[in-house]
Amino acid sequence: MRSRYKIAAALFATLAASIVLAIAVGSENLPLFSLDAQQTEILFDIRVPRVLLAAGVGASLAAAGAALQSLLRNPLAEPYLLGVSNGAALGTMMAFVFFSNFEFARPILAFAGAGIATAVVYKMAKSRSGMSVERLVLSGVIVTTFLSSIIVLLTSLLDAAKLRSFTFWLLGDLSQASATGFYYVLAAAVAGTLVLSSQARSLNLLMIGERDAFDFGVEVKRVRLIIFTASSVLVGTAVAASGSVGYVGLIVPHLVRLAFGSDNRLVVPFSAVAGAAFVVLADTTARTLIAPREFPVGAITALIGAPLFIYLLRRAG
Amino acid sequence: MSEKLLELKDISVRYGGREILRDISFGIDAGEIAVLIGANGAGKTTLLKTANGGVKPASGEVLLDGKPIIKMRRREIAKRVAVVAQENETKFPVSVEEFVLAGRFAHSSAFGWETEEDELAAVREMKACGLMEFRGRSMNELSGGERQRVVLARALAAETGLLMLDEPTANLDLSHQALMFRLIREKCETRGLGALVITHDLNLAAAFADKIILVGGGRMIALGRPSEVLSAENLQSVYGIDVLIDENPSNGKIRVTTVYN
Repeated sequence: MRSRYKIAAALFATLAASIVLAIAVGSENLPLFSLDAQQTEILFDIRVPRVLLAAGVGASLAAAGAALQSLLRNPLAEPYLLGVSNGAALGTMMAFVFFSNFEFARPILAFAGAGIATAVVYKMAKSRSGMSVERLVLSGVIVTTFLSSIIVLLTSLLDAAKLRSFTFWLLGDLSQASATGFYYVLAAAVAGTLVLSSQARSLNLLMIGERDAFDFGVEVKRVRLIIFTASSVLVGTAVAASGSVGYVGLIVPHLVRLAFGSDNRLVVPFSAVAGAAFVVLADTTARTLIAPREFPVGAITALIGAPLFIYLLRRAG
Repeated sequence: MSEKLLELKDISVRYGGREILRDISFGIDAGEIAVLIGANGAGKTTLLKTANGGVKPASGEVLLDGKPIIKMRRREIAKRVAVVAQENETKFPVSVEEFVLAGRFAHSSAFGWETEEDELAAVREMKACGLMEFRGRSMNELSGGERQRVVLARALAAETGLLMLDEPTANLDLSHQALMFRLIREKCETRGLGALVITHDLNLAAAFADKIILVGGGRMIALGRPSEVLSAENLQSVYGIDVLIDENPSNGKIRVTTVYN
């Protein structure tokens, strides 16, 4: 029990350190203890919102990935690869095109898009004999490409200036962080992670097998609905704010399992904390490497995630 | 007389208009091993799932400790029945101890950690099944026989009155088959557990069953002691092959030998 507290403390310390680092460095390096007026403005209006948004997005995607993997018994389940992120992206775009006057239309439609994509990919992947790793991945590919084509059709309606920022956003981009927009992402990240963690013991049985879980007392349908809903909220709010940052939900839970084993009571909350640190650091890299220009953070996470995916696929097959 | 652990009354099951089971009735008492036999596709696994609340019968009633199963929550059912199913490989490195502890789900809160009582039960059953040396190992590293013992240990750790086992000896070699059945027999005798076991091995059934339920084409063909059910006529009618029935001279049990023509 004590070692768990130590691990948790170490993870939180890592997160805190990466946040401080991310706030200090950038196209303008900020000497945190002697700021002039302009630097203070950069700090509170730009840097802090962006770093906290990155933390919220990372926590959301990693926790959702960890829970979906256990629920679907598939280490390759990941919001981006299942098409869930694209569902949320399409919802966000619909809100942008049709309800641009309502700020809250975006996360709400993003949640709806994520939820619908989750339900569709689940139905497609499920067969009478259960759900193979490959079948789920293929269903994710189909849903992803189908949604992508609709997104492309919608982007054709946009003018050229908006098109560039949208393309960037689709790849996962945190540069649009606003001084207030990060609040609801952080709130959703914390609430969603708590809900997913509350189901961790059920997930431990579901990870072994759906029938096993049912036989030993898990209300499988109810738990599945809770996990799908909470992960759609997490992915929806994250994508509405930052686009589809891919592979976070694959990389982070994998590393957390390597370090702490498969118990979801550790894996889900620790993935949230580690995911926050991971995206904060990835985004710091994305905006400092070629400063003052920057990469979309999703390109950085995909560079790490795609090789890991291939490794995991070979091992699972 | 006390209630039966399990009672099935006139169970019929349909899947998409097709009748899978028709008018099946039997009961299981404490300490009794009932073995379910029948050809592939006869509906044995469906019957087991129905008895555990996983499949809703089109008509008829399942009672656990005299209570209708349809009125019970999953947790209540899981406190009375533990299942050993044909196990599937998990993609995650779950340790033997974690796997056995999963059997305790219904006993403690769905939130938080297992209690000391849960740990004690898990350790006791790992010992009983000879698994202590494996407790920290990942399930994926074990052999088929070892894994099957872990699955049994998990069911025993659930401390239920009733065990349901779906081909617990499939994929096991001769010595592990015998070991598995001896463990089940011993637990039923010492703890007064009832067991419902599906197997294809008629000689194991003859040696270990108190009662055999023979199903064919979704109907119950025979029900009774091994000597009553395992007749050449019954087996011919279900399996469509000739068998020789005699007494095994070494243990006095019924012996079934296939006659290949």
